[in-house]
Amino acid sequence: MTGQGVVWLGSPPFPKAAREALKNDQLRANLKRATTTIRDKRLAVASELDDWEALRESAAAIKRRTARHLDRYLLQLEESVTVAGGTVHWAADAAEANRIVTELVRATGEREVVKIKSMATQEIGLNEHLAEAGITAYETDLAELIVQLGDDRPSHILVPAIHKNRGEIRDLFTAEMGSWGRPAPDGLTDEPAALAEAARQHLREKFLRAKVAVSGANFACAETGTVVVVESEGNGRMCLTLPETLITVMGIEKVVPTWSDLEVFLQLLPRSSTGERMNPYTSTWTGTTEGDGPSAFHLVLLDNGRTDTLADTVGRQALACIRCSACLNVCPVYERTGGHAYGSVYPGPIGAVLTPQLVGVETAASLPFASTLCGACYDACPVKINIPEVLTHLRAEVVEAKGRSAEALAMKAAGVVLDSPRLLGAAQKAAALGGRVLSRDGRIGRLPGPLHGWSDSRDTPAPATESFRTWWRKNKENGESR
Amino acid sequence: MSSRETVLARIRAALADVPAEEAPQDVPVPRDYRRSHVRPGEDTVTLFAERVADYRANVTRTDRAGLTDAIAAALTRREARHLAVPAGFPTELLPTGGWEWHPEPLDVPALDGLDGAITLAAAGIAVTGTIVLDTGAGQGRRALTLVPDYHLCIVDAEQIADDVPDALARLDPARPLTFVSGPSATSDIELDRVEGVHGPRTLDVIVVESGLDAARTA
Ligand code: SF4
Repeated sequence: MTGQGVVWLGSPPFPKAAREALKNDQLRANLKRATTTIRDKRLAVASELDDWEALRESAAAIKRRTARHLDRYLLQLEESVTVAGGTVHWAADAAEANRIVTELVRATGEREVVKIKSMATQEIGLNEHLAEAGITAYETDLAELIVQLGDDRPSHILVPAIHKNRGEIRDLFTAEMGSWGRPAPDGLTDEPAALAEAARQHLREKFLRAKVAVSGANFACAETGTVVVVESEGNGRMCLTLPETLITVMGIEKVVPTWSDLEVFLQLLPRSSTGERMNPYTSTWTGTTEGDGPSAFHLVLLDNGRTDTLADTVGRQALACIRCSACLNVCPVYERTGGHAYGSVYPGPIGAVLTPQLVGVETAASLPFASTLCGACYDACPVKINIPEVLTHLRAEVVEAKGRSAEALAMKAAGVVLDSPRLLGAAQKAAALGGRVLSRDGRIGRLPGPLHGWSDSRDTPAPATESFRTWWRKNKENGESR
Repeated sequence: MSSRETVLARIRAALADVPAEEAPQDVPVPRDYRRSHVRPGEDTVTLFAERVADYRANVTRTDRAGLTDAIAAALTRREARHLAVPAGFPTELLPTGGWEWHPEPLDVPALDGLDGAITLAAAGIAVTGTIVLDTGAGQGRRALTLVPDYHLCIVDAEQIADDVPDALARLDPARPLTFVSGPSATSDIELDRVEGVHGPRTLDVIVVESGLDAARTA
């Protein structure tokens, strides 16, 4: 089985989960404030670069080149990492990746590891797997710590604990920190600075004694074997520097051809992600360095459904994702439902296209419908992934696989947002914020493809022009103007 | 079949649509973005100082003659008395008086007990307000600028690149690199920015406009 771990088993399908989430006013208020803030910052710093579009084109092209020659670049990466003193492991699926990491940790004789926030290790459920083997994994990113202490799930790519407010975090720290290590100080207030200080103290003792660290990777350069981690807090630097053994689990799509390709991504990623010109810390390492940092470095290359995604000539573009989360922050559906409703490690628009591809459309059939197709995500995406195009493509696949019942599912998922005029207004506003305009009369007629049954009975306000046009063109080109 | 072979075989099968004769270079990558976003007439050093200050780091500009005083002023302001000094740092630049200088090598518990670290840099990036450390002379191991709560970094104006592309071209990826843009920060709690979680909570940067090179190679 491929794509293991990506979806949270037992999660309700999106329409059901979304309807529950919509009842949670606190969650919606948190999300709205967060996404609006990040969105505004992103627009401000992206507009500082008048060649933003050229950077996006270049990034998309580098990713296209890499994907089309992925075998070659992975072999090159393997060689350059090995020459630099690292060891490369290949994992066909989650189970194998977990096994490799567990064995590597066991070989050190250690029973605990410190971790840098990493979607790949969340995807494979590494922490749970290590726990079964008697190894404790400590998350060191503040948000991941909050999620871990709360026995919770992350709900946003960039700010995983966005669904929690300061009071909840204070209560959590007070109640739980003691059972994981240094307890929270007495009389802890809910001031963010006080909470951050409590986390600093709690985690520092772990950093200073940890012998093994586990990380993900934002990029890895085939040419040089250089691995890159981008972060803000310094917990990444701690994990990459102080332990003796470093184990990095990296999706095979994270490779880029050359060192100089990073000049494109290091400009796009922070601006798209946190809305900063540059994130506080970026660390790069090439194998091991005598007398500085870990003396053993292991790189685990993870497939886990990525090659299935690669095989789909429309869907493969989703592998270009650099996990900036810009698409989440502009998505009217995400803003309403939060990340948990997606039932996957990968929430929001990118989750809606990546999850069904990694696990198979049958397993996440409602996700391609968890969208208004307003196109804001495509506009925001620094690597120009045409998410609406992939969504409609996957919708067709779901319909093919499931017949009419899928259409009912479609109505339900899209309906969560579209049914209410107020919510649709939000969708349109987000689309306009994304820099696009509505179709001239603000209305579209019959929808093509799988949604036509739905639009037959309604006059559908146009979600957005460009994504719709792309969608229309594609459907017409396929001769499906039903 | 090993997993390596399995994954490679899956990739090759997945890419059946890619013509066998296609080389990576046949997939065009446009490179018509700017090499630099410094505007014509804009002073790189001034821009660097502004952008570093934007992260609420303290930035001072001085020349070689004023450097020792600038270091003393920064340390006094931060009330930092015990400082790590990496190998290769030009110690003749250090002020004398109420400071204790702890030369490398230092282990992690020792670093944890210090007030801060003083280092040189490998490069600066003006547009993003970034300093880059490559563990070269005067910069120390990665832990040196990480564990203590305060980092005072001295950047030679000559080292400041306009933008990310020229900075990367100057750097050697074989060395462990750390790009620092302001102090450690988090926005994980209700998106309120808090400085300092795990890395140094305070970053001071002194830009030396002339003559540091001579001091460094002396
Ligand atoms: S799909 Fe694009 S916008 Fe969304 S997280 Fe990935 S790179 Fe960012």
